[in-house]
Amino acid sequence: MTSRRGRILTLVALIIGALITLFPYYWLAVMASNTTADIYTTPPKLTFGGHLFANIGEVFSQINFFGSLLNTLIAAVVTTLLVLFFDSLAAFTFAKYDFPGANLLFGILLATFVVPTQLSAIPQFTIMAHLGWVGDLKALIIPAAANAFGIFWMRQYARGAIPDELLEAARIDGAGFFRTYLSVGLPVLRPALAFLGIFTFVNVWNDYLWPLVVLIDSNHVTLQVALAQLQGAYVKDYSVVMAGTLVAIVPLIIVFLLGARHFIRNIAAGALKG
Amino acid sequence: MTAILPAESAGTRRAPVRRTPAGHRKRWRYLPQYLAIAPFFVLFAIFGLYPVLYSFYLALQRWDGVGPMKFVGLQNFAYLLTDTTFWDSIGNTLIIFVMSTVPMTALALLVALGLNSSVRYKGALRVAYFLPNVTSIVAMSLVFGSIFSDEFGILNWVLRLVGIGDVDWLNDPWAIRGAISIMIIWRWTGYNAIIFLAGLQAMPTDVLEAARIDGAGPVQTFFRVTLPLLRPVLLFSVVMSAIGGLQIFSESQVLLGNRGGPGGAGMTMVLYFYNTAFADNDFGYGAAIAWGIFVVVVLFSILNWRLVARPERGQVQTKGAGR
Repeated sequence: MTSRRGRILTLVALIIGALITLFPYYWLAVMASNTTADIYTTPPKLTFGGHLFANIGEVFSQINFFGSLLNTLIAAVVTTLLVLFFDSLAAFTFAKYDFPGANLLFGILLATFVVPTQLSAIPQFTIMAHLGWVGDLKALIIPAAANAFGIFWMRQYARGAIPDELLEAARIDGAGFFRTYLSVGLPVLRPALAFLGIFTFVNVWNDYLWPLVVLIDSNHVTLQVALAQLQGAYVKDYSVVMAGTLVAIVPLIIVFLLGARHFIRNIAAGALKG
Repeated sequence: MTAILPAESAGTRRAPVRRTPAGHRKRWRYLPQYLAIAPFFVLFAIFGLYPVLYSFYLALQRWDGVGPMKFVGLQNFAYLLTDTTFWDSIGNTLIIFVMSTVPMTALALLVALGLNSSVRYKGALRVAYFLPNVTSIVAMSLVFGSIFSDEFGILNWVLRLVGIGDVDWLNDPWAIRGAISIMIIWRWTGYNAIIFLAGLQAMPTDVLEAARIDGAGPVQTFFRVTLPLLRPVLLFSVVMSAIGGLQIFSESQVLLGNRGGPGGAGMTMVLYFYNTAFADNDFGYGAAIAWGIFVVVVLFSILNWRLVARPERGQVQTKGAGR
């Protein structure tokens, strides 16, 4: 198993698997950089063409699409910041403070994991209609501003990472609760915040069902909804749809690659504890 | 949220009785903590708990979302039980779940074993395998739509090259389910490989060493030592896949549309829910479908748990290998 030949064979097999895994991305880039006429040929054209920017230009001439890129960015950034603040504050509190009802409340928080999303979707939609938030990014951001997963996950981290002596020292220095959270809790939680941040950003960026329900027919659709609409509008012009698809995933891939190692390690660690 | 309120309202109610500074301090002592955890509970009460309760009320109504509601009692649920589309959607979902989870788990194990050996470029390989999991389902469904396309699709071109010939990916019922399964396998193999890899790396090396000294070959070691020790992680993976698998929506909707393609072979439970509630604006029946999905998920989870978390057979096998 550890023989040289075995190692090389394993590596070759892994690389072939990785190439197959990555092929759809390559294929996406090929289609986005060719004209639609070039795509519809037999045998198919397997190399990059020179039309990428023309295609992207065509996508962006659809005002809606540029707007949707902005909407997605706003929703993802604002939601992520709110989640990081509310989740870390709650996690810090649950991890390090004793107060009446703490255990019961944490139990309730865990119990909310089992509530399935479809059950709340229709009433949530009617709530949004009542609030006048249909077609507004608030409908995406506010309900997602704090979540049980993030609090649970970060509490596990905070319990081990924040030494009681530090909290005691802060208290002696006269720091109040919130001050202690800012100066002791947040700095220590930084690695956990990075993971939860990427996780949240990716999820908001990729979410489809809820934005489709609550934002459709408005000026505030997100990229995923705009993509589906682009597909409907450009049935014939496939390379334009693919250019839009490329635009929709590149920012996300950059965010992921920036923190990939860290992110993957945390996913794995979470599974082992779970 | 309800649990927080008593603490706060108790404070205001008793305020006139004890107005000493000490009492004041004591009463408000935990206020910062309650405020710190309040956002989640408030949001959950408004956007989680209340909607769930309300959706049960909705399931007893006929409502198009605009006009007046009409109370119909249990009619929606009664109809749900006889609704062949709903039963078909359960069937489709389970078929797609099995068609995707079995190959995915096997592939993920292979990748994990490979990554756990002493090969180079592990970091880069892990990232490559994991990437599909963070890429938008909508975007990649569009890409796969082109890959699966009948006449000009690259997959059929390859299949013709190797002599298998065209597969009608987006028209034939089984090919449709296969296409959706391939997309799920593509998306989740890397994720599960990373989970399995973590399990492999957490494995006590002395047990593997002992098996090796006792003369167990690599294959024997894998089936009698590694696999049983990996059981908790496999359990986690299968349960997570089941929960995710029952929620399949985007792949079907983007690839095949609201009706799940020809013959409705790609009509999953959540797609049927979406289609009824938000495309046909039948909110009352949509709510009933949501409860139907909930029941299926609960039943399936119990079944899953029983099948996978059976008595500790794994430990017996570990002992056998060590003997």
